[in-house]
Amino acid sequence: MTASDRVTLKMGAGGRAMRQLVGEVFVAELAGPPMTEGDVGLAALDDGAAVRIGDRWLVATTDAHVVHPIFFPGGDIGRLAVCGTVNDLAMMGATDAVMLTLAVVIEEGFARAELVRIAASIKAACAEAGVRIMTGDTKVMGRGEVDRIILTTTGVGLTDRVVTDRGLAPGDRILVTGTMGDHGLAVLAARGELALEVELRSDVAPVNGLVRAALAAGGDAIVAMKDPTRGGLASALHELADKAQVGVVLDEAAVPIRPDVRAVGELLGIDPLHVANEGKVVMGVRPDRADAVLAAIRAHPLGADAALIGTCVADAPGRVVLDTGFGRRLLIEPEGEPLPRIC
Amino acid sequence: MADAAVTEMRFRDPVRARALAARLGELVAGAGRQISVMHVCGSHEQAIARYGLRASFPADLEVIMGPGCPVCVTDLPEIDEAVALARAGVRVATYGDMLKVPGTAMSLADAQTEGARIDVVYSVAQAVELARATTDEIVFFASGFETTAVATAAVLVAGPPPNFSVLSAHKYIPPVMEIVAEMPGARVEGFLAAGHAATITGAAVFEQFAARHRRPVVVAGFEPLDILAALVALVELVVTGDARAINCYPRCVAREGNKVAQALLWKVFRPIGGRWRGIAHVPSGNLRLRDEFAHVDARRRFTIDVEALWRMAPPALVEHCVCGDIMAGIAAPRDCTLFGRACTPETPVGACMVSSEGTCRIWHQYGGHPDLVAIGRAAPAPEVP
Repeated sequence: MTASDRVTLKMGAGGRAMRQLVGEVFVAELAGPPMTEGDVGLAALDDGAAVRIGDRWLVATTDAHVVHPIFFPGGDIGRLAVCGTVNDLAMMGATDAVMLTLAVVIEEGFARAELVRIAASIKAACAEAGVRIMTGDTKVMGRGEVDRIILTTTGVGLTDRVVTDRGLAPGDRILVTGTMGDHGLAVLAARGELALEVELRSDVAPVNGLVRAALAAGGDAIVAMKDPTRGGLASALHELADKAQVGVVLDEAAVPIRPDVRAVGELLGIDPLHVANEGKVVMGVRPDRADAVLAAIRAHPLGADAALIGTCVADAPGRVVLDTGFGRRLLIEPEGEPLPRIC
Repeated sequence: MADAAVTEMRFRDPVRARALAARLGELVAGAGRQISVMHVCGSHEQAIARYGLRASFPADLEVIMGPGCPVCVTDLPEIDEAVALARAGVRVATYGDMLKVPGTAMSLADAQTEGARIDVVYSVAQAVELARATTDEIVFFASGFETTAVATAAVLVAGPPPNFSVLSAHKYIPPVMEIVAEMPGARVEGFLAAGHAATITGAAVFEQFAARHRRPVVVAGFEPLDILAALVALVELVVTGDARAINCYPRCVAREGNKVAQALLWKVFRPIGGRWRGIAHVPSGNLRLRDEFAHVDARRRFTIDVEALWRMAPPALVEHCVCGDIMAGIAAPRDCTLFGRACTPETPVGACMVSSEGTCRIWHQYGGHPDLVAIGRAAPAPEVP
């Protein structure tokens, strides 16, 4: 058995290595022919699946959640589990979830009080998103057999129009609904090993309401959506660009980043564009509707910092070019979890 | 924070950057030929890559990265010494970047996998704290140019605990510039000198160098405007054939440097000749502890048996690694068949891919130097509603 016969952490970090593993193992084995005309299945590797039910689309998505620490400034694993699934549904255009399910795997010895705290957080996040947990499952495993707690949530929703992550065309504008890198750097800072004096807050939030407002303003002009979670904006843009075979030219100065996030990123040598967000959306919008969609998003409480940050081009398929204001370079797709610079 | 914000505005102003880039273009066009200059600092390469500055350089200006990363130029036998000590059961404390640097047969990280105790520290002071907190022998495997060597010297002068010693792989920048300037095949017409090393040595050391090798030197800082302004000054000197040294980083670098730091440096260290990885034998390029500090010199305190390591077979891929040519400015990462394939930051084959200041690592992080200027410019301008 060689090293490549083993699953590595890099294969779970949301980049090319992960897509390759999922493609070779799961898609190759499990993806079948279309269920309905135009459906979105496993092979699409989108945020969720969609099948036609009468004149509407049934959208489903599922996600397992692990995070260390499980409580962090701005959120916790429970809030993350609800928002992650609600947001994945919203990325497919399904902004009103029919229901959520919840599976919990708990390590022996886990404090009951913490479990109660997580349940309360799940309840609050559900209320915020306008969804309910309708069924679930609980398992307890021995000490050391699981790292504290794993939450798995599945979401089901309905929509009239499916938005995929492959709809970009040259000329489309790229929009982000808020500041980049907040969650990833907040969690890193919360691990406490770095002895930072600033406290960063995660942006974890359900974005279905914001997406609803955007779709109301933009309609068919919103041609692609992705939540920039693992691998951050860089990973999301690579996936969008690759699937649509367009290039993206990004205006770095236009990308909203909180000053404290930028400062901690510079200190650690970690690019905020490479780390996760949990309450943001990257959208591709037809150029003639871009400003209208931007205005609708900025009017929403979660979208005040939204900005148009780039343009799709025909002549660099699959590549993301960063215009720094001083010159240009490639924004590469992150591989592996970002690690703080040591020296 | 307010001061930092003001500094950032002053040195990261794209409007001024464009004016400097235009001036650079005029100078090179006026020369009517290709001009090649070298910077000898990983932090310069970081800034050039991070801000995409190469895309704004004129096509006929070649800015080569030289031997500017202390981790990369640490020679194989020096890594071997640290590995041998660690495998012999001594606790080795070092900077994280040193962990994955391949030695002849293995890296410190490999030794750690085998069970050796390696402590990653952020500073020499932290290594001393570690020694104070234990009775174990702690050897600090020290790398870095004159700036970090001064920190090591300060700790040794202050009197570290008895279980603390230093294995010095510290290097001194000015001598290697002499080597690179006269290297056969090198086409370097001028140098950007590293601003932070010059804060110690001063700008004056480069005056003699410039005269001796008939090549201009410009001391440069690390913000985008620092680099562009220094390049304008350097190309002006190259074009006019004026082999002078100019200090373009006066806010940090004095002509005579930091005399207190220099005194500390030379009180503790003496320069000796030695190999720099992949480059050459560099007379006076390595810093070793003076006899007065023999008691804290790991090379004298321990019997370091590296020969057993040299008998181990080196990893096969190493034969294809062109790190040496890259550090000497003769080759670029894209010339290496391993770059980005067999050799990545997670599985580095050569030293240049290990450190955040290594050329290959920087190119890997920022996507190398493809021609990006024209992308999207030919497409119709986005419609304005």
